[in-house]
Amino acid sequence: MNNVIVYCEIEDGNIVDVSLELLTKGRSLADLLNVQLDAVIIGKELKGIEHQVYPFGVDNLYVAEDSRLYPYQTLPHASIVSKLFGEIKPEIALFGATSIGRDLAPRIASALKCGLTADCTSLEIGEHEDKKKKKTYKDLLFQIRPAFGGNIIATIINPETRPQMATVREGVMKKEIKSMSYKGKITKLEVEKYVREEDFVVRIIDRHIEKSKVNIKNSQIVISGGYGVGSKENFDLLFELADVLGGEVGGSRAAVDAGYITHERQIGQTGVTVRPKLYIACGISGAVQHRAGMDQSALIISINKDPEAPINQIADYAIIGDVGTVLPKMIKYYKKNTK
Amino acid sequence: MKRYKIIVLAKQVPDTRNVGKDAMKANGTVNRAALPAIFNPEDLNALEQALRLKDRYPGTTVTLLTMGPGRAADIIREGLFRGADDGYLITDRKFAGSDTLATSYAISLAAKKLMPFDVIMCGRQAIDGDTAQVGPQVAEKIDIPQITYAEEIEKIEKGKITIKRRLERGVENVECPMPVLITVHGSAPDCRARNAKFLLRYKHAKTWTERQQDTEDYIQLSEGRPYLDIREWSVDDLSADETYLGLSGSPTKVKKVFNVVFTAKEAKVLGDTDAEMDDLMKDLIENHTIG
Repeated sequence: MNNVIVYCEIEDGNIVDVSLELLTKGRSLADLLNVQLDAVIIGKELKGIEHQVYPFGVDNLYVAEDSRLYPYQTLPHASIVSKLFGEIKPEIALFGATSIGRDLAPRIASALKCGLTADCTSLEIGEHEDKKKKKTYKDLLFQIRPAFGGNIIATIINPETRPQMATVREGVMKKEIKSMSYKGKITKLEVEKYVREEDFVVRIIDRHIEKSKVNIKNSQIVISGGYGVGSKENFDLLFELADVLGGEVGGSRAAVDAGYITHERQIGQTGVTVRPKLYIACGISGAVQHRAGMDQSALIISINKDPEAPINQIADYAIIGDVGTVLPKMIKYYKKNTK
Repeated sequence: MKRYKIIVLAKQVPDTRNVGKDAMKANGTVNRAALPAIFNPEDLNALEQALRLKDRYPGTTVTLLTMGPGRAADIIREGLFRGADDGYLITDRKFAGSDTLATSYAISLAAKKLMPFDVIMCGRQAIDGDTAQVGPQVAEKIDIPQITYAEEIEKIEKGKITIKRRLERGVENVECPMPVLITVHGSAPDCRARNAKFLLRYKHAKTWTERQQDTEDYIQLSEGRPYLDIREWSVDDLSADETYLGLSGSPTKVKKVFNVVFTAKEAKVLGDTDAEMDDLMKDLIENHTIG
């Protein structure tokens, strides 16, 4: 069997976290399959980059270095990776589910006519029996991911095609150094042999940090605060939890009127209506006007000091306590249980 | 002034965003049949970008392309009501069960039939699968560049299109020669509403299959009005190689599906202790509400 490979993303000369997490996962998959772990890094000024990845257990590192290869562009990176995969024929190939990985991986999967599963939340090795073909496939990659807006969890396999490709979001896998003294072998790719001149047709004019607009309506997770949150500063805790869970922050009319949060985040009859998968109501009593904007949420958690708060009538979980105590604990135990 | 030919890829999807309690079965799983079929939201963002180019460069045409069962013709009509010029429905039982690779193969063949074009636009991803794969895969199969996560088409000048992209940590402005495939991010402006004039004009736009069920009056209505034709393309029309289509042409297989169960009708009352918070987060992760 051939090796497991991870496409490593670079940002300002450093391998990004999600790639290191995938190296750790790739290492454990390689151990299970009794094969080696490969990595490919594409960019410019990559001297010494191997030292960033070897400790994660990389056996073979492929490096393509050229001033035109950073910042990332789809076509040259896709050409290099597709050609490299064609040569070394990996068994499994992993990419970060980032704006780069989700742009690159499908292009490669199309070129190699192989299967790709996006946003996997778990990767396992298992056996599959195809009853129709009367064939058993050993050591397949089970790619597990939510689908259908998170309402189902599917296990996807690619029985016939190789590599078995998957993308994984940052923070899903655990990053762990195997050994600081681990040493692999480096292979420098001759870039000219891997790219076409026409791969460089796209010109990046500029890039800069710019905050995205608020999008509570389409968020699957909404953390919402009311007058009971107590202060603008306390709302930071809501933003922190939203950040950790990948959600948005909203507020009740009372919280908006008190100046704790801006009007664009108001939920309820006079604000937006949301129906997320999870709604966490923090210090919200649950006036009818507010409930009209959120009572169709699939799961409602209320955090309130008052056990009699009307919001508890529609909540699935009612936590009786102070927002300032409960939220830090939720963050803490979310992190503890996902890593 | 130069005019452009734009193709918009659109998908009809079940509305998975708003799965309220009314769309739940008694056992807590989603009743998929209860979800309405809608125009994939980000495909609407893509349509709006295409229509803006049509506003800016008169004579530009916007053609919708969708793949699905017969009822997906609704997507074409919806696009016509909002300002698109015409549309094609790729439909054939042989396409059923296609994964993203097989789907992009079929769509790329249809797009090639519509050549020459300047731009193909589609939403970044569809809400039923959230894979974001079909756009880039279509681009690869046609061998044209792709620009993903577009938030705004800034201009077209001398055969080059300038696009603002929305990335995780910021924005990027890029310039790319045409033809190009652009996937549009949900942060782009919402699509304009239906236009009353187009609603009247295209009310009876139908596919050939739909017209078979029409009364005599409607058949006459479509005579001499070619704009009322929504054309259907089958596997044969696309000269598609069947080995690349449907279940057998899809390298990914679904081995197992597990329905997420949303429980609790009555509030479970918890205190704020560490143990209770630990258990709660474990539950939420376990039932895939978060994480």
